Amino acid sequence: MRDKQIEDLKEYKYGFTTDIENIRAPKGLNEDIIKFISKVKKEPDWMLSFRLKAFERFKQLKEPNWQKPKYPKIDYQDLYYYSAPKSMKNKPNSLDELDPKLLETYKKLGIPLEEQKRLNGIAVDAVFDSVSVATTFREELTKHGIIFCPISEAIQNHPELVKKYLGSVIPTTDHFFATLNSAVFTDGSFAYIPEGVRCPMELSTYFRINASKTGQFERTLIVADKGSYVSYLEGCTAPMRDENQLHAANVELVALDDAEIKYSTVQNWYPGDKDGKGGIYNFVTKRGLCKGKNSKISWTQVETGSAITWKYPSCILRGDNSVGEFYSIAITNNHQKADTGTKMIHLGKNTKSKIISKGISAGNSDMTYRGLVDISPKANNSTNYTQCDSLLMGNKCGAHTVPYIRNKNSESNIAHEATTSKISEDQLHYCQQRGLNPEEAVGLIVNGFCKEVLQQLPMEFAVEAQKLVGISLEGSVG
Amino acid sequence: MKEQLQKDFENIIRNLNLSQKDIEIKKFCLDNFIDKGFPNRKNEDWKFSDLNQIIKKNIGELSFYSDYTFTNKIDTSIFVDGLEHNKIVFINGRIEKIDFNYEKKEQIEIIDQSETINKFNAKNSLSDLNNAFTNKSFKILVKNGYKLIKPLIIYHTTTSKIWSKNINLKLDFELDKNSSLRVIDYFNDTSKKNFINIFYNFDLKENSILKNYKLDKFQNDNIKYFFNNIEQEKNSISETFILSSGSNFLKNEINCDLNGEYASAFVNGIFSLNNNNHHEIRTTINHLTENTKSYQLIKSVLEKNSNAVYQGKIFVNSDAQKTDGYQLSKAILLDKESEFNAKPELEIYADDVKCSHGSASGSLNEDSIFYLMSRGLSYQQSRELLINGFLLDVVEKITDSEIKNLIKNMIGIKE
Repeated sequence: MRDKQIEDLKEYKYGFTTDIENIRAPKGLNEDIIKFISKVKKEPDWMLSFRLKAFERFKQLKEPNWQKPKYPKIDYQDLYYYSAPKSMKNKPNSLDELDPKLLETYKKLGIPLEEQKRLNGIAVDAVFDSVSVATTFREELTKHGIIFCPISEAIQNHPELVKKYLGSVIPTTDHFFATLNSAVFTDGSFAYIPEGVRCPMELSTYFRINASKTGQFERTLIVADKGSYVSYLEGCTAPMRDENQLHAANVELVALDDAEIKYSTVQNWYPGDKDGKGGIYNFVTKRGLCKGKNSKISWTQVETGSAITWKYPSCILRGDNSVGEFYSIAITNNHQKADTGTKMIHLGKNTKSKIISKGISAGNSDMTYRGLVDISPKANNSTNYTQCDSLLMGNKCGAHTVPYIRNKNSESNIAHEATTSKISEDQLHYCQQRGLNPEEAVGLIVNGFCKEVLQQLPMEFAVEAQKLVGISLEGSVG
Repeated sequence: MKEQLQKDFENIIRNLNLSQKDIEIKKFCLDNFIDKGFPNRKNEDWKFSDLNQIIKKNIGELSFYSDYTFTNKIDTSIFVDGLEHNKIVFINGRIEKIDFNYEKKEQIEIIDQSETINKFNAKNSLSDLNNAFTNKSFKILVKNGYKLIKPLIIYHTTTSKIWSKNINLKLDFELDKNSSLRVIDYFNDTSKKNFINIFYNFDLKENSILKNYKLDKFQNDNIKYFFNNIEQEKNSISETFILSSGSNFLKNEINCDLNGEYASAFVNGIFSLNNNNHHEIRTTINHLTENTKSYQLIKSVLEKNSNAVYQGKIFVNSDAQKTDGYQLSKAILLDKESEFNAKPELEIYADDVKCSHGSASGSLNEDSIFYLMSRGLSYQQSRELLINGFLLDVVEKITDSEIKNLIKNMIGIKE
């Protein structure tokens, strides 16, 4: 029984495809496509001009190539920038009207959309290819004045908020992929927590790529007003395909005075097969702005999927006394590659940041931690603590650490530590002596290695993530 | 700059007696340099120190040709006292003296290497510049089993005769099996606004030991780049100590290839900067085979708008199991205008390794100062005592006691 379970787990269990009729925009990237997306979304003019401005800028940008994992050139004209289930053309008002195939899909993924079936209160926004198909617990949230809806709805219903904050952290003049996203983003989540409200449940978005040859460009914007608190979860999966698919999302967080945002990601995009064929290119821009005093943004990520992960969730600590945190576990196996880390930009006084990064590489994979800690001359009395540990399994994989440390303030302190090692024979021997098989022993040790980060995840996610850590390393022992 | 380079290059070629092939190699290097120019911040290795800008701002237009037909008088007062030593004296880039009086003549060979063989496959354009314009280069060969009795001090002296000049130097050392050599590079400048570009190559054969101390102590307005390439075979040891303090700009770059088993490399450095100085140490230690070891310790004390950069890289290739690599950089910032940038990098492809790095920067610990002041010391005394202790740590890493004392006296560090 146990063996069978393990056997089941070895396969990427989210690799199925949902056979559903799609509406797609024609292939290619040009102004017409952008206008098309904007029109389908029934967007106001200011939104379209935001997109076109970004596109103008995008045309002048060159694709960056300083990252460690190299990939074959992406033909941006050979992608579909918009794909939606046909049944979503007119958005259903309730779950009863939703295409049963979609409901089925999410059930299979373990994310039932029917509220009554949820034991624990997590409000989910489910994004399928380019559109959000359903958002749960909206009424409950509305009672507290919390806005949680697809961003395309927010653009129509809460233009004042979106206008004010969209692009305030990741402007249209940002780097290549972020600018591309600003031009062609299709859907994503929007959350606004009003002043003084502590969000009663976890908010969550579940991203699913289904259609082939489609790029997913979602945009998430979370604004925590003064004194509020929100915990947000993000999960993602994609079907198994031979081709590489691009996922270039933008996530913007804004925390005002005394607010706190906790953003957790369990990323499990399809990593490609054993020979490194297929898989998602996960080129995501995530940035949080601690705008107000005493605000706090905390990123937690468990990166197990994707052929290539290339992202740096960052914090801009502008408000005095603000706090930025980054907890990360990145696991690469087979031919996966990851180049991930964070940026902590200290601008305000008494700002604090903490970075804990755990990287595990196995098989033929390659993992890089790349991070920046920058303390500006005005950020008096700021501190940073960074710890990045890497674990290597086998001599065909690589683990790299590339931290950039800039201290321009004599009152501030930076401490950085990094280690690279392998699982010690002694530990393995000890576990095996007590009756664990080698794989279980490795699982146990790795879980211990990651514990500091796993603890940061909300309960429901922690269990899931712990399992995922074990699965990702299947077959890497021996 | 292009016309100047070409004109000066022709002057160099005219004065040197080179074969057609050598001229072609030099010409090739010149073209490379003209193509790339001085490195700027777009180049990742020069991210924190934009040499192109620094030269533009501090020197302006450079000229590349020096007339080496006349000898310079050696001012013996600059020689280091209290330590018997062999000498090589460079004045304004011209080799004036090679003196190994303390050693057995037959054990050391000095080979005039006017032909250029590009040993430095450094990716930066300064090696091209160096190859194109070096006038004379020597190879110093220490023979099998010979351990030099006295250290060798290489005096890099410039006088006020030159300004806005680029000086290129190159030396090649080979330490045969079981030999050992201690080299001190000693800078003494009375000139202003020159760019000095030095390349050293060390070949360390089995069981050989190299100790290299670079002392840039005296305040001067020159811009310097110093590249060491060290190739190490089995059981060889290299120790490099850098005192980076006096020049307006100085970048020390060390590339060390640990090619043989049980080879080990040690790099220790001190930045002691003020007066707008901008210094950098960049190290690349390549662990290429099993059981090699490297250790790096860099400490900085920065004040008066100074800027220190440390970029250290440990590379471990997939065959280099049982590697032990360690790297630590610490900085004290004494005032608000100073800046410390670090990029400690690990690139590891083998699993059975022990590699770690640490980096810390901050202000002087107020508690420690309070403690010392409560014991009756003045603020100034407490501060000095703490800095002294902070730097002593690095100086103590020097394994040669004679030279350790010399350096301690030179920078006024007490035990």
